[in-house]
Amino acid sequence: MTLTTRKFDALIVGAGGAGLRAALQLSNAEARVAVVSKVFPTRSHTVAAQGGVNAALANVLPDSWHWHMFDTVKGSDYLGDQDAIEYMCRAAPKVVYELEHFGVPFSRLEEGNIYQRAFGGQSQHFGKEQAARTCAAADRTGHAILHSLYQQNLRAQTHFFDEYFAIDLIKDETGHVLGVVAFDILSGEPIVIEAKTTLIATGGAGQIFRTNTNALSNTGDGMAMALRAGVPLEDMEFVQFHPTGIAGRGMLITEGARGEGGFLINDQGERFMERYAPNAKDLASRDVVSRAIAIEVREGRGCGRNKDHTLLDLRHLGADTIMKKLPGIREVSMTFLGVDPIEAPIPVFPTCHYSMGGIPTNRDGQVVVPVKDTPEDPVPGLYAAGEAACVSVHGANRLGGNSLLDILVFGRAAANHILDFLKDNRQHRPLHQESVDQALARLARWDRKGEGEAVEPLRRELRKVMEDHCGVFRTAEVMQEGVTRLHELRERIDNAVIRDHSRTFNTARVEAMELENLMDCAMATIVSALGREESRGAHSRMDFTDRDDERWLRHSLYSLQDDAMDYKPVRTQPVTVESFPPKERVY
Amino acid sequence: MEFSIYRFNPETDSAPYMQDFTLGDDLVEPGMMLLDALLLLKEQDDSLSFRRSCQHGVCGSDGMNINGTNGLACILPLKDLKTPIVLRPFPGMPVIRDLIVDMDNFYHQYREAEPWLVNDSPEPEVERLQSPEDRDKLDGLYECILCGCCSAACPSYWWNPDRFLGPAALLQAARFIQDTRDEATEERLERLDDAYRLYRCHGIMNCTQVCPKGLNPSKAIGDIRKAMLKRSI
Repeated sequence: MTLTTRKFDALIVGAGGAGLRAALQLSNAEARVAVVSKVFPTRSHTVAAQGGVNAALANVLPDSWHWHMFDTVKGSDYLGDQDAIEYMCRAAPKVVYELEHFGVPFSRLEEGNIYQRAFGGQSQHFGKEQAARTCAAADRTGHAILHSLYQQNLRAQTHFFDEYFAIDLIKDETGHVLGVVAFDILSGEPIVIEAKTTLIATGGAGQIFRTNTNALSNTGDGMAMALRAGVPLEDMEFVQFHPTGIAGRGMLITEGARGEGGFLINDQGERFMERYAPNAKDLASRDVVSRAIAIEVREGRGCGRNKDHTLLDLRHLGADTIMKKLPGIREVSMTFLGVDPIEAPIPVFPTCHYSMGGIPTNRDGQVVVPVKDTPEDPVPGLYAAGEAACVSVHGANRLGGNSLLDILVFGRAAANHILDFLKDNRQHRPLHQESVDQALARLARWDRKGEGEAVEPLRRELRKVMEDHCGVFRTAEVMQEGVTRLHELRERIDNAVIRDHSRTFNTARVEAMELENLMDCAMATIVSALGREESRGAHSRMDFTDRDDERWLRHSLYSLQDDAMDYKPVRTQPVTVESFPPKERVY
Repeated sequence: MEFSIYRFNPETDSAPYMQDFTLGDDLVEPGMMLLDALLLLKEQDDSLSFRRSCQHGVCGSDGMNINGTNGLACILPLKDLKTPIVLRPFPGMPVIRDLIVDMDNFYHQYREAEPWLVNDSPEPEVERLQSPEDRDKLDGLYECILCGCCSAACPSYWWNPDRFLGPAALLQAARFIQDTRDEATEERLERLDDAYRLYRCHGIMNCTQVCPKGLNPSKAIGDIRKAMLKRSI
């Protein structure tokens, strides 16, 4: 059998915001670009982003990119790389104006400018008054952006491989990445896609936790591909728990609901955030609000029959604001809870939302790995952007509205660097057959018949282990037990089987391969979390309650080989301005 | 809880058939959606095939025909459905396998509507202005998730899928015709002025009735017709 092979200048894996923004930049520059996505592009998870994208446009209140930078550094609990943060905050207005020109239907202010709302962790004048920095299309900003980007890609005639599942990167002995081996989900046929550059834009791994706001497709495929190609993952212990997931279900209620004036209450009807963050209150950073909710519930002030959640009250905003500015979350609340937020508060509890960590990159989107004395040596031909990557602009805690910004800025930046790379690298390198064969073997492994555990119960167990052993509050003992259980699960997954061996649209096989990816991401998360003996941002250790800048102002690097941990320094030096040194973080 | 589900695997089945499934009462929880049930049934038989992703009605993956009406499995509460719950793939679209249909033609018609903003005037360094009133005209149009429920419920689309654009694509056309930033209204109307592309809509309104996002393609098509009329006089 001959294997189908296609060749492109640039390959992008993933068709969310990062992938499509990069693809558009490349197509407009007339590079031959292909996008591989396991779902039809507009079904990528960017579509679910609600609140908006941060940019210091100053349409509503005075603002500056420098204040935005300060907020992001502080929000990251000083673990973010300040060169990348400066670059992102400076670029923000430009990428938002570009989006508007692409046709994104932003909500508008009276004078016709883009509507901006308040979000958590935002300030004017380096930590003073609340800012209004989040550009929004009602509460459907992700949908508006993703569809517009896809539409512009159609116009630019980008080549799409829709419903193709990427198995693994192709890498030769010299370390160059040459593309991917994928398979067409429709026919089940494998395909080799050779490319001079490969950009991983596959999003996060929120499905490693039982309760999450993420799509079922968010299984960390690209992160796991990188691990298997020998690239360590950075800062995987930092998992954002969004304060306001629908209690017990996980669907997201945007921070914009609090940005519009909504607030949290406990069973006493008390606005408890006033105690935890006297100034910012309900608009403190997400890690702060999530911990506050978890503490309220733990100390017995939770609401409902089981006292297991708090309430988000929007009633005082009035029907007009809710219907105009928050129509999507009203719909979600009514569908999943039968609660109309115009009439009753919404039950909420922290829910796994976002991976701050990921594939280490520099601010050009190049994947970087430690080589001897160099902590950040680019892997030739390999790029990553968006939630799959760790550039790192979010550090230990991401600010709301910065993820849509991240995907746009670094999707675009990666594409620009790829264009430069293509100028100097005009030829495809010879294909590395051994690497292709390895990927094909991973695909063929699921053809195995006979007895074995099924995939779904294993997936359920994995997610439960992560929730029980690596949640909002962490201790060495509990995590150690989690690591042991994951090791055991890893072996059981190696012996699992699927019963469906058809070629045509075999979703069982897709889910099995996703489970392997989840496994690698889960292990990376818990091993990194166990290693970091301090509390910083979203990583809260009950046995190490303080931040420890002396020992831990550094990035974690987890490698698949022996589950080994390594560390590298934080890039504290911005590009042009002065560094923001670590300070105590109060809101 | 009983289900009757359309099964077809082109590799092994010469013809499609309906298969009964039972979901034990112990597995049925309050507040469960149809998709939750389908995921559990897939544990009984991992060959049961359907698309799904976001689980809350924004990605548009899990459109199917549920008790005779097109809808999204992830936002339909189980308790609202009459049993046995009968699940079929979208009518009028070629079946790939079980509940998975081939949507190529649907996407083709979407592209035919040229669903992208056209504005060749010099780009300002900041945003183009648009009044809130003008922006309001896009409400009810831009929120489409391309699930296909509407076009797959439209008898005119069933009959002429190659020539009639169908409600989803026409909704997109309307979205750009209504957008005050778009400069190609004339060309858009010209391209639609055709006995099939637009005018095969006979106002049956199935599209509006089934839209899981509460959108109204029927009205959007009516508005395009009005713009056509205005243009001709």
